Amino acid sequence: MTHVNEHGPDAGRVVLDSDDISRALTRLAHEIVERTHGATNLTLMGIPTRGATLAARLAERIAQIQGSPVDVGSLDVTMFRDDLRLRPARALQPTTIPPLGISDRLVVLVDDVLFSGRTIRAALDALSEHGRPQAVQLAVLVDRGHRELPIRADYVGKNLPTSKSESVKVNLLEHDGIDAVAIERGA
Amino acid sequence: MTSYVIKGASILGEQVADIAIEDGVITAIGADLSGDVVVDGTGCVALPGLVDLHTHLREPGREDAETVLSGSRSAALGGFTAVHAMANTNPVADTAGVVEQVWRLGQEAGLVDVRPVGAVTIGLEGTALASLGAMADSAAAVRVFSDDGKCVHDPVLMRRALEYVKAFDGVVAQHAQEPRLTVDAQMNEGVISSKLGLAGWPAVAEEAIIARDVLLAQHVGSRLHICHLSTAGSVDIVRWAKARGINVTAEVTPHHLYFTDEIIESYNPIFKVNPPLRTREDVEAVRAGLADGTIDIVATDHAPHASEDKDCEWAAAAFGMTGLETALAVVHDTMVKTGLMTWAAVAERMSTNPATIGRVADQGQPIAVGSPAHITLFNPSIDVEIHPEHTASNSRNTPFAGITLPGKVVATFYRGRPTVLNGELA
Amino acid sequence: MKHLLSTADLTRDQAVNVLDTAKQLAAATTQGLGKLPPLRGRTVVNLFYEDSTRTRISFEAAAKRLSADVINFSAKGSSVSKGESLKDTALTLEAMGADAVVIRHPSSGAPHRLAHAGWISGAVVNAGDGTHEHPTQALLDAYTMRQNLRDGEGDLEGVKVTIVGDVLHSRVARSNVILLQTLGAEVTLVAPPTLLPIGVDTWGCEVSYNLDECLEEADAVMMLRVQRERMNASFFPTTHEYSNRYGLNVARMNRMPAGGIVMHPGPMNRGMEISADVADSKRSVIVEQVANGVSVRMAVLYLMLGGTEMGE
Repeated sequence: MTHVNEHGPDAGRVVLDSDDISRALTRLAHEIVERTHGATNLTLMGIPTRGATLAARLAERIAQIQGSPVDVGSLDVTMFRDDLRLRPARALQPTTIPPLGISDRLVVLVDDVLFSGRTIRAALDALSEHGRPQAVQLAVLVDRGHRELPIRADYVGKNLPTSKSESVKVNLLEHDGIDAVAIERGA
Repeated sequence: MTSYVIKGASILGEQVADIAIEDGVITAIGADLSGDVVVDGTGCVALPGLVDLHTHLREPGREDAETVLSGSRSAALGGFTAVHAMANTNPVADTAGVVEQVWRLGQEAGLVDVRPVGAVTIGLEGTALASLGAMADSAAAVRVFSDDGKCVHDPVLMRRALEYVKAFDGVVAQHAQEPRLTVDAQMNEGVISSKLGLAGWPAVAEEAIIARDVLLAQHVGSRLHICHLSTAGSVDIVRWAKARGINVTAEVTPHHLYFTDEIIESYNPIFKVNPPLRTREDVEAVRAGLADGTIDIVATDHAPHASEDKDCEWAAAAFGMTGLETALAVVHDTMVKTGLMTWAAVAERMSTNPATIGRVADQGQPIAVGSPAHITLFNPSIDVEIHPEHTASNSRNTPFAGITLPGKVVATFYRGRPTVLNGELA
Repeated sequence: MKHLLSTADLTRDQAVNVLDTAKQLAAATTQGLGKLPPLRGRTVVNLFYEDSTRTRISFEAAAKRLSADVINFSAKGSSVSKGESLKDTALTLEAMGADAVVIRHPSSGAPHRLAHAGWISGAVVNAGDGTHEHPTQALLDAYTMRQNLRDGEGDLEGVKVTIVGDVLHSRVARSNVILLQTLGAEVTLVAPPTLLPIGVDTWGCEVSYNLDECLEEADAVMMLRVQRERMNASFFPTTHEYSNRYGLNVARMNRMPAGGIVMHPGPMNRGMEISADVADSKRSVIVEQVANGVSVRMAVLYLMLGGTEMGE
C-alpha cells in the first residue's frame, strides 16, 4: 500500500509505515522458523547499521515464536566491499560473533535493502573469515531489484520495484526516530 | 671611447637629471645632456655603484656552486660594482698566493672589483694567525680579514688579530657564533625550534661574542666589523658600543630584513642559513637599527650551494642563501617602501659605508662631476617574480623563489662601462 | 588525510575516528580473523633510517594484516649507508610503485620533505623523525588511555596526564602533548629545567620541576626514556640524582589515584626513569601499549589507503 505523506525525517513517498514494517517482520520471523524446520543451530547475522537492528528485532520475534532464544550477531562488511577505491575510507562498524560462532551453523544474513547484491557478496566473504557455516540464507526487509550479481534473498519483507535513479530510505526507530520506508526521486 | 648619458633618472631619489659619463668618470650632471649611447633612466633611481662587504664566490674549490666569473655576473645584475670575496674557499684564502689568485680572476672577469677577504687564522682553524701582513701587501691589497663561516672564538687570538691589523689599516670582520652554545645547531632557538624538534641556535651565542669583541676593540683601540648581525640584543650591544665611541661597524643581510623563523615550519632547507632566521622582534629591531645607522651597511652574505646540498632533509643541508641579484629589491621592499629609509640612506648603507669599511678608495663616492662612474640604475616600479633558474649564479638556492619583489636593476655602470643594460648583462 | 606527519594534522573528530577504527580492528583480531582485504594490491614501504625493530615490525604486521604488500628498507647495508641521498631513495621507491612510505629518520622534518618535495606521489606516515614527532605512538598511547580510563569510547576530555622525562629530545612527548590536548586531556610535563625546551610555556600544558607534586591527580603517568649519555652533556649531574628526583618508583606510584595507569613508549631503562617493580606492576599498561600499536597502525593505514587513491 502506498501512502503519499510527509512523515519522517526524509520527505519521500512512504511505501511502508510502522505497522507495515511490524507485520512484515512478524511474517519473516514465521517464515524463517517454518523453512528452517525449527533448526537449533540458527544464527542471525545482521549487517550494520540497520540490518543489525532488524536482526535483533527478528531474533526477538523468533524467540517468542519458538519459545527459546536464538543467536544473533552483527557482521561488518566494510573492508570486504568491492568499491573501496571509489570513495574515501569508510568508518568501520562493529562485528559481533555470538559465542557459538558460525561454523556448522545455519546463518541467516539480515539486511534492510537488497539492491545490486554487492553488499551480500562482501558479507559472504566476511563470513568465510569467521568459519564455515552449514548453510547461508538471506533475509531482507525490502528487495528493490536491479541485481548486478547472481544473488537472491530467501526471505523478503516487501518487493519494491524502483527505478535505478530512485533511492530507498529505510528509517528505524532506534536510528531515525520513526519506522518508515520511503522512496525518493534520485539526484 | 664611447660616451654614455643616463637620461632622466632621480639621483638618490631626489633631483631628476641627466648623468653624462666618459672615460670612466662622471663628466656632467644636468639637463639635456648627450652621449654616444643613451640609457633611459625615466622612473629610475640612480645610486652610486653598490659595494658588497660579504660575498662567497666559492672559487677556488667549489666551482660547481660558483666561480669568480659567475659570481661577478650575478653581482653586476644586482647593481654591485664591488664585492668582497670571503676566505672560506678550498684552499682557504690564508696566504698571499690564494688572495692574489682570486684577485686576478676578478680582474679577468672585469665586471666588478673583486676584493679578496683574508682569513684571520690558518685554515680557519682558529688556532694560529694567518699571514695577514703578506696578504695586505699582496697585489690583492687585503684590508678586510675574516674567518667567516666560523667564529674567531679564542679571545686571545681575537685580541691579537685586532691589534695586528692596525699596522695596515685592516679590519677584522667577526662571524659572531660561540661554538659551544651552537653545537649542531639548525635554526634559531625559540618557540618554533622547540615545536619543530630542530636543535636551537640561541641569540645569546651571537650576542655574547659581540659583547666581548666590542670591549676588546675598545681596549686595544682597533676597528671591528660585525658580520651578518641578526638579533635585537646584538643591535642593542652595538648601539651601546657606538655611544661609548667604540670603533665598531655592523652589517645586516637582506634575508634577515625580510624573513622570520616562522617560515621554517615547511622544513624547506632553502631557509637554512647561518646565522639563522630569527623572530619577528629581531627582524623589527634590525630594521630599526639599519634605519638609525646602528647597523652601518647591508651585505648580502651571498652563499651559493649546489642543488644536492639543499635538495635533502634539513639536517643534511648546507647553510646559506644566494642574494646578490635580489638585495636591492629586498631593501626597497623592507626599508624604503615602509618609510624607514630614504634612497640617500640606501646609498650610504649599500655603497658609501661598505666602501669606507673595506677601504675601497674609488667606490661609494657621491654621484657628482668628477666621481668614478660606478652607477646603479634601479626602477622601483617593475615587479619581478623570482625564478631560481633566472640567475647568472651557478646556484639556485634563493629563498625568494616564487616571491614577487618590487623593483629591478635596469643598468649598472662599472668604471664608466655598462655591465648591465635593460636589466640584462651587457 | 593524505599524510600523517604530525599529530597536529588531526582534528578531534579525525583522531577519535582513528581510535574507533582501531577498536574495530582490534576486535577483529580477537575474533581470530586472519588477513583483512582492504589494502590488497597496495604497496607499503617501511623506510627505516634508524634501527627500530619494534616499530618496524608493528607497521609490517599492520600492513600485512590488511593484505598490503610490504617492502622493508633499512639503512644498514643498503644503498643509504653508501651515501645515497633521501631524494634518490625516494625516487627509487616511487619507481617501485610505493602507495605509502612509512619513514623513520634521525632528522626532524625528513618525512615533511618526503611528503612535499615532489619526489613521490604516495602517502607518507611519520614513524618518528629526529626529536620532532612520532604520531602513531601518540595515537596508541591515547588509545590505551581511552581503553583504561574511558571504557574505550569517545575522547579523553578531563583526563589528567603527567609526562615525565627528557621532553627536550622527545618526539613522543611532542606528539602526545598535541594529541592529548586535541582530545581534551590536561597535560602536565615534569622534567629538570635542562630537559625542557625553550618555548614550552607556549605548549598549553602545565610544567613542573617536581614529580612528587604531580602524582596525586594523575590518571596516567607516562615515563619517557632518558638516555644516560645526556649526563655527559651535563643535562643532569648523575644518573643516580636523576633517578632520585625524576624516577618513578613504587612509593611514588602508590600516590597515584586508584585506577591510575603507568605508561612508557619503550624501550625502558629499568632503574633509571622507571623501577623494575613499577614496570611490572598491575598499574603498568606498557605491554598493552605495544599490542595496541598494531591495531592503531592498521587503523592509520586503512584510513589513508583503504579508500580513494588520494585519500581525501
